[in-house]
Amino acid sequence: MLKYILKRVLLMIPTLLSVAVLVFFLMRIVPGDIVELRFAGESAFAQKENLDKERARLGLDQPLWKQFVTWMWGLLRFDFGSSMWTGAPITEEIRLRFALSLQLAIMATVVAVVLAIPLGVLAALKQDTWVDYAVRIFSIAGLATPSFWLGIVFILLLLIVFKWLPPMVYTPFWVNPVQNLAQLIWPALAVGYRYSAVATRMTRSAMLEVLREDYIRTARAKGLWQKLILSRHALKNAMLPVLTVIALEFAFLMGGLVVTEQVFNLNGLGLLFVESVAHRDYTLTQALVLLVAFIFIIVNFFVDLTYAWLDPRIRLR
Amino acid sequence: MSRFAAVVALLVGLATLPAAAQDKPRHGGELVFVVPSSPPSYDAHREETFGTIHPIAPHYNTLLRTDPNDKTGTKVVGDLAESWTVSKDGRTFTLKLRRGVKFHDGAEMTSKDVKASYDKIIFPPAGVASDRKGEYSDVEAVQAPDPYTVVFRIKWPSASFLNSLASPWNWIYRADVLAKDMRWYETHVNGTGPFLFVEHVKGSHWVGKKNPNYWDKGKPYLDGYRAIFMTDSAAQVAAVRGGRAMIQFRGFSPADRDSITQALGPKATVQESPWNCVIMIALNHDKKPFDDKRVRKALTLALDRYQGSQALSKIAIVKEVGGVQVPGTTYATPPAELEKLAGYGKDIKKSREEAKRLLKEAGVPDGFSLTYKNRGIPMPYEPIGVWVIDQWRQIGLNVKQEVVEASAYYGQVLRPGNFDAAADFQCGYTVEPDLDLYKFTSKDKNPANYSRYTDHVLDELYEKQGRATDVEERKRLIREFEKRLLDDEVHYIYTLQWHRIIPHSARVKGWTITPSHYLNQQLDTVWLTE
Repeated sequence: MLKYILKRVLLMIPTLLSVAVLVFFLMRIVPGDIVELRFAGESAFAQKENLDKERARLGLDQPLWKQFVTWMWGLLRFDFGSSMWTGAPITEEIRLRFALSLQLAIMATVVAVVLAIPLGVLAALKQDTWVDYAVRIFSIAGLATPSFWLGIVFILLLLIVFKWLPPMVYTPFWVNPVQNLAQLIWPALAVGYRYSAVATRMTRSAMLEVLREDYIRTARAKGLWQKLILSRHALKNAMLPVLTVIALEFAFLMGGLVVTEQVFNLNGLGLLFVESVAHRDYTLTQALVLLVAFIFIIVNFFVDLTYAWLDPRIRLR
Repeated sequence: MSRFAAVVALLVGLATLPAAAQDKPRHGGELVFVVPSSPPSYDAHREETFGTIHPIAPHYNTLLRTDPNDKTGTKVVGDLAESWTVSKDGRTFTLKLRRGVKFHDGAEMTSKDVKASYDKIIFPPAGVASDRKGEYSDVEAVQAPDPYTVVFRIKWPSASFLNSLASPWNWIYRADVLAKDMRWYETHVNGTGPFLFVEHVKGSHWVGKKNPNYWDKGKPYLDGYRAIFMTDSAAQVAAVRGGRAMIQFRGFSPADRDSITQALGPKATVQESPWNCVIMIALNHDKKPFDDKRVRKALTLALDRYQGSQALSKIAIVKEVGGVQVPGTTYATPPAELEKLAGYGKDIKKSREEAKRLLKEAGVPDGFSLTYKNRGIPMPYEPIGVWVIDQWRQIGLNVKQEVVEASAYYGQVLRPGNFDAAADFQCGYTVEPDLDLYKFTSKDKNPANYSRYTDHVLDELYEKQGRATDVEERKRLIREFEKRLLDDEVHYIYTLQWHRIIPHSARVKGWTITPSHYLNQQLDTVWLTE
């Protein structure tokens, strides 16, 4: 096991390096540059001298290979540099948004799990009854409904019916839990519903498959309690694909909730990501891509470890 | 006074009392407003976005400012300077500073600070970028002969120089701080303004509180303000509708205005103004057939601006039909005179017949194909683009639209001249011909001339109007400039003037809309009703 963990940790290095190379050069291929955008743009008085000064200050006048080496050297020392747009350290830019994105991802995951697993199991147990149909309709509606649209509906309902809007500014949970939850519960519900739809369908189909397995039949023949069969034998084994779906979705939520963040005015990583690309803020975009890649790798790693715990037949080497 | 007269006077007084009380500024309260952008840095000398001005301007003063109650945004009044004189030759501006003005760190503001700030803007040292250096190319020297006097010496008389000193970007910084670190103000705040800095959470909000030692006694009225950064327009509307914010100072679309006023009813106030922003169509003079002024004239003649104004003002932030100056301001051409310019006449049938005749004369009687490149910003580029294409099709042109992502637009389309006809844009911080017309000078003088022409007659007219200190003479020269630009040569095509719409909570008082969303953001005159 230890050997496996070590191997996976070492594998992260070339993966992250490849991502770093890819994002560095992709960003340079994208048309437009930050200096042009910030200091020239619409201005009739933009001066070349001014633009050159800024390019030199940001190191953009250097040959591409030199810019790459400088950036990589920084990365090796865990120095991500500063945002080209705001001048603030990238760690500070990310730190400000990370807590909100993490909390929202966790809350949406909780909403999804709380909805998906009981509904998926219920639908599988009551296959082809009205319960199954109701759950399927509920989950298909979730798949078909974009979470940002649901977010807009929530806002309008709150505004029109209750004459109330969620707070516009993020307050950390430990500072004011009521204010914090009043802001984040709505996007968590909007995102969690769509997320649960995927997981419900996956739970249902995995459960249906497992319930037809020989060992379930054997357990029933032995006269085991239905509850025990379900919780210890069926659900645990059915969880493998469900866990994968939930984990990957969680990783996606850390940087992918762009529109939902806009709708609820959440100062999260998704919005920062889009703005950094729009501003051609190379250093920040590169750091964010690396962060999201790292989250995906870590989440996958833990999923693999959990597989072995859920199904002892899986041996990690 | 008879008893009857006294009773009548008392009743009249009582009747008018509530209104008078409402109009009397009240101290207290926190103004919460939405900013649809956010500041890249805190230094207005180097930034271009209102995202810097709206949250940070309340911490600063400028030397002069535009009168916060003037709807045209052109009347200059003192800010840190209490008076000024102009020499007979029009080349020396001497400004007397207020005494007893303190920076937020307690240091006294003197002419040394004004000189250091303007030197940073006009003569920035190596390695320091000043986005506005080009605007002050006429300045020879800035001098501080005594602690309360500042002198600007300029190379030639300038009609616009006082307006330039009222630029909302030219915040006065502390000289000692600049001497130690020219870049300090990019990440810190220390002004003389009505509000003290409290907090900035990047991407989220900015907070300021009342400066109890503000030099303008009795101001500001607010206890503080909170600017919330919010990019999504639906979220901005919801914030104002839901009472989470009281105002957004940039502008809303007509649909947003209607949504807010319907929801808030009498609790909302709407202020509207022509906006000193306009989408122009750059016609690439390096490409055929746009090198032929008959073709260019046909393109402007095809536009029915009055019908366009009626239709587009219902769905987009454009409205007024204007020339090179914002309608209703000092140097704007009156409507009756404007109608004489090509494309501004009210008989569209006649204009389009003339357009077709010109195309025939230019050797393209059946029209031609062109691509209109548009900037990937929906409002108002998209409706303007659709309208222009439709108008051009009516004179037989085959027009294709190509939308280019906003961040790449200037670098990939306009600067390299990679277009036939393309949307170009200008937005001024104040209505002043020197600022508004510079863009149209020849390409060898000005890299922002994206139509890529050389017209020394126009250059000469630009210089003459800038140096004309007599208002009527300047008006005449601006008309000549306008006629040559939009009618004789049609180097550029003006579409419709932007229209600024600010629906806000009726609690917000003391703020007047102007044609620029950069102006009037010190918030010292703003107050809230109960």
